[in-house]
Amino acid sequence: MTLDLEMEEIIKVFFEESFEGLDAMESGLLTLDATADRETINTIFRAAHSIKGGAGTFGFMEIAEFTHSVETLLDEMRNGQRAVSADAVQVLLQSVDVIREMTQSAQAKQPIVTVGADALSGELARILAQKGPIAAAPAAAGTAAAPPPVVAAGTAPPKPVPQAPINVALDSISGWRIEFVPDPTLFKTCNDPLRIFAELAGLGRLEVTAHVEQLPLLQALDPSHCYLSWSLVLHAAVEHSRIIEVFDWVETVSKISYEPVYVGPKPGESSAAGAGAVPVAPARPAPLAESAAAPVVTPAKAGSDAGSIRVATEKVDALINLVGELVITQSMLGRFAEKYDPEDLESLRRGLIQLARNTRELQESVMQIRMLPIGFSFNRFPRLVHDLSRKLGKKVELKLCGENTELDKTVLEKIGDPLVHLVRNALDHGMELPEKRLAAGKSETGTLELNAFHEGGSIIIEVKDDGAGLNKARILGKARERGLIEPDAQLTDDQIYNLIFVAGFSTADQVSDLSGRGVGMDVVRRNINDLGGTVQIFSSEGVGSTIRIRLPLTLAILEGQVLRVGKEIYVASLVSIIETVQPTREHLSSVAGRSELFKHRDSYLPIIRLHDLFDIEPDSRDISKGLLVVVESDGRRVSVLVDELLAQQQVVIKSLETNFKHVPGLAGATIHGDGTVALILDIPGLISNFLERQSGRIELAA
Amino acid sequence: MAVTILAVDDSASMRQMVSFTLKHAGYTVVEATDGVEALEYARSNAVNLVLTDVNMPRMDGITLVRELRQLDPYKFVPMLVLTTEAGQDKKMQGKQAGATGWLVKPFNPEKLLATIAKVL
Repeated sequence: MTLDLEMEEIIKVFFEESFEGLDAMESGLLTLDATADRETINTIFRAAHSIKGGAGTFGFMEIAEFTHSVETLLDEMRNGQRAVSADAVQVLLQSVDVIREMTQSAQAKQPIVTVGADALSGELARILAQKGPIAAAPAAAGTAAAPPPVVAAGTAPPKPVPQAPINVALDSISGWRIEFVPDPTLFKTCNDPLRIFAELAGLGRLEVTAHVEQLPLLQALDPSHCYLSWSLVLHAAVEHSRIIEVFDWVETVSKISYEPVYVGPKPGESSAAGAGAVPVAPARPAPLAESAAAPVVTPAKAGSDAGSIRVATEKVDALINLVGELVITQSMLGRFAEKYDPEDLESLRRGLIQLARNTRELQESVMQIRMLPIGFSFNRFPRLVHDLSRKLGKKVELKLCGENTELDKTVLEKIGDPLVHLVRNALDHGMELPEKRLAAGKSETGTLELNAFHEGGSIIIEVKDDGAGLNKARILGKARERGLIEPDAQLTDDQIYNLIFVAGFSTADQVSDLSGRGVGMDVVRRNINDLGGTVQIFSSEGVGSTIRIRLPLTLAILEGQVLRVGKEIYVASLVSIIETVQPTREHLSSVAGRSELFKHRDSYLPIIRLHDLFDIEPDSRDISKGLLVVVESDGRRVSVLVDELLAQQQVVIKSLETNFKHVPGLAGATIHGDGTVALILDIPGLISNFLERQSGRIELAA
Repeated sequence: MAVTILAVDDSASMRQMVSFTLKHAGYTVVEATDGVEALEYARSNAVNLVLTDVNMPRMDGITLVRELRQLDPYKFVPMLVLTTEAGQDKKMQGKQAGATGWLVKPFNPEKLLATIAKVL
């Protein structure tokens, strides 16, 4: 039972390292293109080799078999028997996918589907067959050289030894006569003739005659030298291959000849001895199947590690250390519960300060555990960019920066798809074809940069290309055509760029299967907003575009500004607040009867009256008696009317959806130190809703 | 005295598999992830048998065997290389480097133990 469990653990390790190996193969293959560096190929080969070996050992024969052809191809590249061709690399990359899929099903304890493997096997075979003579010649030479060139000579018996087993009818022989003349170096590889003889004796009665003629005088004798040779007669009618197997290890350094002893000279003994034969080594396939069955049958949790985090040991150690300190503080404070002396006030105060520090550090430490490097998300892009640019006929170099920037696991998981979409868009729409780039005086190869870094309390992720940039005229044309904007609307650059985020907008003249279906950018923005983040576009025609995503470090804690409206307390995310002003009457105006505007520097911002929105009684309905908080999301600004600004503080976000239900305009709730609940404003949602309603009103009016 | 086996493989699962099998059979097992690590260990510790994979980063198994054989304490220590069925030339190279024999992958625990029992 424990054996099975331990095996299960080992197989888990096998899966883990196989996936790591596959990742290594993939990233290696992606850099393999032009100048094939020997060590890179070696690394890829080793990964394939390990996967094959492990798969065979742990009974995943489908994986082992398929990986075998991959390994063969890689081996030929490694040995310089085959040039690294784009074609082969492509097939190898696909093979990586297939092996990954097979390994995933094996991990999930599902039957391994070989459809993909079967399809690719043909491709691999085709490539292996290509340049047949170049590839095949050394391989053939290798196999030919491999069987030991055991040519009978000197003291060796008359008959030359064929490397292939001699085929004899077992009932026609009684045994074998063997001449064994080992190389003098036999002992140097630590092979003991005694071991061989014992093994042979296991097959039947063995007669051994030692030839000592070559032994020198004692003073000249080198004990590590083998001077002896032997003549053996094995009285057992066994297959020749059985005997060859016994000599397997010494064959290459010995002269060995085998001769069947036919029934006649020594009849009668054969059948008895043959029947009593003990197998030397168990036949390979059968026991293998057993070991394969064991792990598969054992029930265990699904292999997929959904919901689990791999945490660096230092992080856990830090945590344990902090908990230790907390325990000390607790015991220190615990004293006061038993006996309180007013003179102890000072040490009580110190204890509480320490408790506050411990709590803060513990909180930071626990948050750290959820933080993972964005490299996990970036990893998939080399392959994606490689495949896509190939498909599109574009030349693109991918640069990754700041892969070690850490962000919350949930954010990390959810940002993957939007990033993929942005990268696809950049390659499909942004990047020009090589000839176009050359014509525009740029280098043939475009650069796509993924960059992650910290800025303030946020994470910035940039997708930057040096392609054609956004075509403002075309975006405007499209937007007018689709009726997304008024025909004569005057828009700033930012407003024009933001149009691509509107649902149903697509500027691609032809809808490709990669992107350009007009679904996507709006989804991208929504996903990012859901994470509490924002998107911004910077673009310059002919020079390139940058999409900048700003994300909060974590979803669990918010740097908040506490606001008051009447008796209600709200929290707004500090990063969305531009500034807060006390408005004067001359800065206020109203349009179309009800829309109120606030002149903030050079622009007019709509005013959202929170008390109206949430239907509460404010201190005053007069705007000039309140405060206007200027907030921004996705480049859109509005001002929010509140009564008072309170503290700035970190708040822990409690979900409204899980505890209550979704409320438009609110992102969640938090609990204050005194136990009261404050609602957290959803600034991006607030802005979108407000502007949509306003434009609706304008339409109604028009 | 307990028999110490040095198991060298860059694949953690293979290493654990070998080590698990051997430990259950009563051997003491020391694991190394490549030739360099194995050589370093073997230089300052006594080992009764070396079991090594061939393809490894930094130093492969054949080089490891060659290096070990040149050390006095390892002149007569059995060394087995793990090869694949197609590795005829590897077997030859291993032999020339001084390997006692080889174990053909994939192998099962019984085969591993039987082979080890043979050389010890």
